[in-house]
Amino acid sequence: MVSTEPDRAPGATRAPALEMRGITKRYPGVVANDDISLQVRPGEIHALLGENGAGKTTLMNILYGLARPDEGEILIDGSPVRISGPTDAIARGISMVHQHFMLVPVMTVAENILLGEEPMANAVFLDRRAAHERIRELGRRFGFELDPDATVGALSVGWQQRVEILKALYRNARVLVLDEPTAVLTPQETREIFTVLRQLSRELGTAIIFISHKLYEVLEIADRITVIRRGSVVAERLPSETDEDDLAALMVGRDVQLVVDRGTSSPGEPCLEVRGLHATNDRGREALRGVDFEIRAGEILGVAGVAGNGQEELVEAIVGLRQPTGGSVTLDGRDVTRASTREMTNLGVGYVPADRHRFGLVLGFNVADNLVLTDYYRAPYSRGILRNDAAIEGRGREAIDEYDIRTPSARVTAGTLSGGNQQKLIVAREFAGDRRLLVLDQPTRGLDVGSIEFIHRRAIAKRDAGTAILLVSAELDEVLEMSDRIAVMYRGQIVAIVDGRTADRNEVGILMATGARQEGSVVGGKEGEAPDPTTPRRDDE
Amino acid sequence: MSNFFSFLRRTRASSDPDGTPWQTALILPVAAIVMAVLIGSFFVYIAAWIKNGTLVLEQPLKAYGALVSGSLLSFDAVVGTLVFTAPLVFGGLAVALGFKAGLFNIGVTGQLLMGVLAAVAVGVALSDQPTIIAAPVAFLAGTLAGAAMGFIPGYLKARTGAHEVVTTIMLNYVAGNILAAFVAGPLRVPRAPAPVTFDVGNAALPILFGTTGHVGLIIAVLAAVAVGWLLQRTTLGFEIRTAGANPDAARYAGMRPRVIIPLTMAMSGALAGMAGAGELLGVIHKTQTSYTTSVGFDAIAVALLARSNPIAVLPAALLFGAMRAGAGPMQVIASTPRELVDVLQGVILLVLVALPVLARALGRGGGATPAEAPTVTASYAGGGESLS
Repeated sequence: MVSTEPDRAPGATRAPALEMRGITKRYPGVVANDDISLQVRPGEIHALLGENGAGKTTLMNILYGLARPDEGEILIDGSPVRISGPTDAIARGISMVHQHFMLVPVMTVAENILLGEEPMANAVFLDRRAAHERIRELGRRFGFELDPDATVGALSVGWQQRVEILKALYRNARVLVLDEPTAVLTPQETREIFTVLRQLSRELGTAIIFISHKLYEVLEIADRITVIRRGSVVAERLPSETDEDDLAALMVGRDVQLVVDRGTSSPGEPCLEVRGLHATNDRGREALRGVDFEIRAGEILGVAGVAGNGQEELVEAIVGLRQPTGGSVTLDGRDVTRASTREMTNLGVGYVPADRHRFGLVLGFNVADNLVLTDYYRAPYSRGILRNDAAIEGRGREAIDEYDIRTPSARVTAGTLSGGNQQKLIVAREFAGDRRLLVLDQPTRGLDVGSIEFIHRRAIAKRDAGTAILLVSAELDEVLEMSDRIAVMYRGQIVAIVDGRTADRNEVGILMATGARQEGSVVGGKEGEAPDPTTPRRDDE
Repeated sequence: MSNFFSFLRRTRASSDPDGTPWQTALILPVAAIVMAVLIGSFFVYIAAWIKNGTLVLEQPLKAYGALVSGSLLSFDAVVGTLVFTAPLVFGGLAVALGFKAGLFNIGVTGQLLMGVLAAVAVGVALSDQPTIIAAPVAFLAGTLAGAAMGFIPGYLKARTGAHEVVTTIMLNYVAGNILAAFVAGPLRVPRAPAPVTFDVGNAALPILFGTTGHVGLIIAVLAAVAVGWLLQRTTLGFEIRTAGANPDAARYAGMRPRVIIPLTMAMSGALAGMAGAGELLGVIHKTQTSYTTSVGFDAIAVALLARSNPIAVLPAALLFGAMRAGAGPMQVIASTPRELVDVLQGVILLVLVALPVLARALGRGGGATPAEAPTVTASYAGGGESLS
């Protein structure tokens, strides 16, 4: 999987395309960047690695002119420059691809690329033809031909990112900054973007800063890796002299178990039984087509599958947010097929939703209120029709301690917490008390390694205490590492259930992509496809 | 586009007043009032110039001076201000409660008119009974009528998804015509030259101070405290606030929007009904077919100015009440048209709603975004729930 060419030594003798020297930035009460120095040579892919909140984004905002450093200087091609805003940065050849794309979805590819840089044929009219020609040519050169007239909103996320990169190329970027570019991509798209980046650095000599907290990606793509922790540079490494464990320890400041020891499980009685479950998606199409499985108490069942194969609908049907159109769900022998969310909560079901901002939290409420969001109505948090504020506050303080939620107090609004701490808050709430069943949908999406380890440990502890756990994750590795058994979902059905400890990554990947163990023997859906474990397939798009 | 929507969602969610220190919360309302006064001065000049053809430098001072003295600088003026304030408190609370649940109740006018109708009907029927019985029963009748009128759009929204902005506006016309029909029909004084109802007699609210200070003022203050208590201290209030701040999270948490929305709208309508009952039983005592009031729309400005905080509704309503009370004296003393007050209110509204959006658009994240602005702007855009 790793294909970095060792002979591509970055031009060590040339002056750095970009140098940041002794950058310090203080915000009230916190030093976001503490004397950070960074050199990126032309043609080098330089990874900036750090946990959420380590100061990567601040540093890049300084580079892009969005923030002013208190100390330090920026040099481009060896000469000091002052960057007072993004326009300045762009003029000096610095381009940034943000995590959330800065594209206008209703405009075409060409219009987006030309925004702010409109080529004028004369005083009034745009010179569209020349611009389109150049966009086509740039795309062709890097192996992804984009139709300049395509509407950006209609493109997939992966292609939208290419538009962003094209935008940078169009502006002759010499330094290209990518802020967590792979967070929204499928593994396949990630691989394709990596190819483009390598080509860019090799052929155009673009200096690339690649921000990420995914260790294996950084090891694969980077020529050099700078690790930042709490606003300071803690190490600079070459990929050849380090590994994931080393990088994780540097990032977090202690040894991290990237793969939590799942130990042995001792499953008891069946807890959740799902039989022939059918459900439709929001557009009224059949999303679940007869799903069968059971989870026993003290067991983790992982659901692997390419996104959009019915996982979301399965989870919602189980927790009571979506009415099944057929089949049954049984919890501890009780029929809960049509139970509401509230009834499921009362029966001891905890649910960590995939979208924590949309479902899991009320960002404007404080931490304590969010900690009782799903059981505010029962004792001790309520007395009759009244809230018991003392109990709610007490619960807040207790959970902050127990789950190590980093917050000044329980009265701070949840929206001010970092992503990892927001997720810990949700986990603290849903793991509380005696749970019979926990439904974890993408429980660690977008989190740093420290938080992932923490949540995995808690889940294992919950399992050992006898809770049945349904784990749905787009990260195949997470499913492989955590599950006692793995159910592979394909087009609304479970096409196979394999043992989690002996499962073969490749085999599961093929099952995810084709719904069949080998080519030919199709289990569900139509004809088998070429076995590519990572191509996203959606039925209805 | 999705960025814009998520911005709306963020500001809506992050604007819970518990989260912002009161100093920050005050910046925007104070700025709005200051800007209104400055822009109002301009119109004072224009009005004076049209009338007299000359420009007098101190004309705005004269006008604002008259506005203040006419509303605050004597006992009678203060009582007059309070009488104008009471319906604005009820109405402001009605709108604020709706905002808290993410609902934009533009139907305060209609709910108020139904309160007027029920209060006059019951009041006239009980006009010979002792006040201790007649007044509370008539007031309660007005409250319930308002609640029923508010329940309708809430029910329609919960069942069919019909947007409350559309339905409440339409119901305003329905209510006006129902009132007119009753006053011209069953409630009409026989052989009166123009349609008018009987006086409510003993059902009138007792006067507590001055010549006009009726007991409705006390009820208004109690209502503000009660709404604050409901929102902050009860589990139902928590559900209302959650449904307003993040409807998806409310559903996830097992709360039932199908119950919360109609219930909140009924409570909002009840408050609006109190405004109508208070006006009828406390001030006018009888009504004609064309009872008109600006309370329904002023109430929106009051709720926005108070950032939907029930207790803050009190001073906000007082400000608007004072302007209404002082408008007459101002016209007499300074010959400034009383419509200046509408200009001031309009500017305040505009600043409150537009400024935060503008500030965000310009990239300066002001912490003082009112909770309601997204609800309001989303309503204008025809969005609402679908945004989230």
